[in-house]
Amino acid sequence: MTRQFRILFRLSIILIAAVAAVLFASVILWMIGADVSATFYTICIEPLSNKLHMTEVLIRAIPLCIIALGISVAYRSGIINIGGEGQMAIGILSFTGVALAFPDVPRSILLPLALLASVIGGGLWGFIPGILKAKLNVSELLSTVMLNYIAAQFYSLCLRTIYLDPAEKVYGTGTPQSMRLTENVWLGRISGRLHYGLIIAIVLAVLIFFLMWKTTMGFKMRAAGSQDRASRYAGINVPFYITVAIMISGAFAGLAGGVEIAGVHRRAIEGVTNNYGFSGVVVALFGGLHPFGIVPASFFFGLLIYGSTLAPSKVGVPANIVQVMQGIIIIVIVTAQMVLSNTYFQDRIWRKYSALKAGKGGKK
Amino acid sequence: MEGRITSLRMEHITKRFPGVLASDDISISVGEGEVLALVGENGAGKTTLMNILMGLYQPDEGRILINDEEVRFRGPEDAFKAGLGMVHQQYMLVQNMTVTENIALGYKNAWKPYRLDIDTVRKHVGEISEKYSLLVNPDAYIWQLSVGEQQRVELVKTLCLGAKFLILDEPTSALTPQETDELIALLLKMTDELSIIFISHKLNEVKALSSKVTILRHGKVVFSGNTDEHSSEDIAAKMTGHSIILPKNTGTAESNKGKTALSINGITVMSDRKTVALDHLSLDIREGEIVGLAGVSGNGQRELAEAINGLRHVESGSIRFFDEEIANLTSRQIIDKGMGYIPEERNIEGIVPPFSIKENLVLKDVTKEPFSSHAIVNGKAIDENASKLIKDFDIRCPGINTAAGTLSGGNIQKVILAREIERGPKFLIAVYPTRGLDMGAVEFIHQQLLETRAKGVGILLISEELDEIMDLSDRIAVIYKGSIQKVLDHDEATRERLGILMAGIKE
Repeated sequence: MTRQFRILFRLSIILIAAVAAVLFASVILWMIGADVSATFYTICIEPLSNKLHMTEVLIRAIPLCIIALGISVAYRSGIINIGGEGQMAIGILSFTGVALAFPDVPRSILLPLALLASVIGGGLWGFIPGILKAKLNVSELLSTVMLNYIAAQFYSLCLRTIYLDPAEKVYGTGTPQSMRLTENVWLGRISGRLHYGLIIAIVLAVLIFFLMWKTTMGFKMRAAGSQDRASRYAGINVPFYITVAIMISGAFAGLAGGVEIAGVHRRAIEGVTNNYGFSGVVVALFGGLHPFGIVPASFFFGLLIYGSTLAPSKVGVPANIVQVMQGIIIIVIVTAQMVLSNTYFQDRIWRKYSALKAGKGGKK
Repeated sequence: MEGRITSLRMEHITKRFPGVLASDDISISVGEGEVLALVGENGAGKTTLMNILMGLYQPDEGRILINDEEVRFRGPEDAFKAGLGMVHQQYMLVQNMTVTENIALGYKNAWKPYRLDIDTVRKHVGEISEKYSLLVNPDAYIWQLSVGEQQRVELVKTLCLGAKFLILDEPTSALTPQETDELIALLLKMTDELSIIFISHKLNEVKALSSKVTILRHGKVVFSGNTDEHSSEDIAAKMTGHSIILPKNTGTAESNKGKTALSINGITVMSDRKTVALDHLSLDIREGEIVGLAGVSGNGQRELAEAINGLRHVESGSIRFFDEEIANLTSRQIIDKGMGYIPEERNIEGIVPPFSIKENLVLKDVTKEPFSSHAIVNGKAIDENASKLIKDFDIRCPGINTAAGTLSGGNIQKVILAREIERGPKFLIAVYPTRGLDMGAVEFIHQQLLETRAKGVGILLISEELDEIMDLSDRIAVIYKGSIQKVLDHDEATRERLGILMAGIKE
């Protein structure tokens, strides 16, 4: 198999996947009578067209990136964390709790403290499925999803009771939310609403690379995730590292929540988690479970998510349809990745390709 | 599926893999009731050739003829339909299904609309296993079975599915001498009804069973002829291209034995099935001696090795390692006390397959100097370690960054051996260290074990190969149903005597 063929093969698969995604999405758009090309333009190109849009894309990429980094750590260590949504919610609650409790503490102390609280909150929420798996072999798929529900309800409860904005009680606008948090926990902004969480996300990406590939702990976690039996035989405490991995994962999701509040909303409201916990799983996989893949992947998904918010007003396509399109894109991407990693398939195509080439050569 | 296969021929088969010519113009033929032995070292292309025959690979050139008619198998399904059945070296069994369920998977007659007629399958399994005296428990889960037992399940499965032409890829690699003899007798009897292609590196079996032999080397047929016209030595020399004499333990029994290294006292251990796997087992091993543990697989060998290494709970009894109690310590603690371990399943217990060779070589010691300091790995030290060990242990690989799982069995075992020996262990447990390896690799591993012994390290060698045990051991312990039947000095042991003890008969 030549190198040239391998590149050609990869490019064609990616191209076919892209065409397939566009095709499926177009059929659906056409069926609801939307303007197909305008919709695509709105979702994929328009957000890149000016600075304001770009900052909005990046705002969405930040929590995605932080959560996906954490999920990649868990995934590489052999535990799948689909509880990012719940961990993020707990992170927000912890962050808000600290901010509400100590409004007068100076910023240089309060902001780190509140972020730390979000890390700890998310980490603890990750610790639960971790310890359950380590000690009792409870499937993390079940426990993380269930903990999402618990966290979501607890979040709602807090917003309606102890965190409820006192002004809300007086005026009663009907949206349960906390009061606007003290400026001492605000993250500074770079441009528009874009905040310094961007720097945090990039620093964390480098940190995760360092942790997983340059430290003995990362080595052991990757070993445990690749072949737990051989790791156990080599004296690695697999249950311990699994638990640590999902705690890190939870801590990252919690931090994503804290950063989101500190940078964007500056108060806890419903719907802040915005499915980032689930999208984070896709971003992590799409980024090849590697920090340097996750950074661009989170940008791409940030683009899709933001683009979908533009669609209803610009081209009159309901946001739900955009979610359908996102689903299609995700399925096509995952399928294409499976095909790309299937060496047997590649081998088969190579044989056909070389037979074709040989046949042509013969005729000449 | 009527009719017999009276002749099978593969003509001018050529198969290329990226960078390798796996089969180079190979032709073989098998007539009715014949047994063709396909011999050659690992990587000679035997398994590839058989995978082509079974339709798992398509040949680039050449053709296959059955009863003088050309056939094309697009997949194993087609080959099954034509009456070919293969028992692979790596068992194709679903671990969390029972024996019967595994066989039912391919048993199309039992697939009734909307239900599976499992009773028919169970009955047929019973018949086949009785007819060929292949004892299997039809309701046992595969994960509960030892490797030897799984092999029997594979044979029963192939026969149940109506194979008229058997392809056996190293069928005896996990059997005891008695079982091997029985299997050979059985296969000879079966040649009344079917023909066999039999892949092996064990020349005594080739001599005992086959009527014809074809020797492959580097994907080419180097020799083809009738078995009885050639001696084992002759065949061995043709196979390797040079003659191999396996090293023997010649050290006099008392020469370098030191104090007791490992003392196991009346330990009881449960199996995965929660049955008693080790029943008050006791065994002492001194420094500088190799104690061979002979026994049919599934008599507690796996559990013993795991218990000593802290991977299985010890219910009662004690394990003393240089006068320190180690029973129920963690595996990390036991490793740190100087225990070396070559586990049974090298692919999943010995190495982390997606990890590179260099990473696997430091799997146990990555937290120690010089491979890391202050929890930061030292890539350079790891690279240097790998480069050195690859040379010292003759690990054949494209480079130190190659994923260990892509190596051949012999080279994987060398990676494990290199790691364990380089650590400078005070004791070594080797479980089936040469299972499925070719003569060249066996020779190397035996040499390494003997050299380690010469350094004064005690070795517990768990094996089913009596030749291996007799060649290497100072003393031989026989395990049966979780306890030691008897411990013999090397000079007292004969194949017959060991065979009787392994079968559970008290002397």
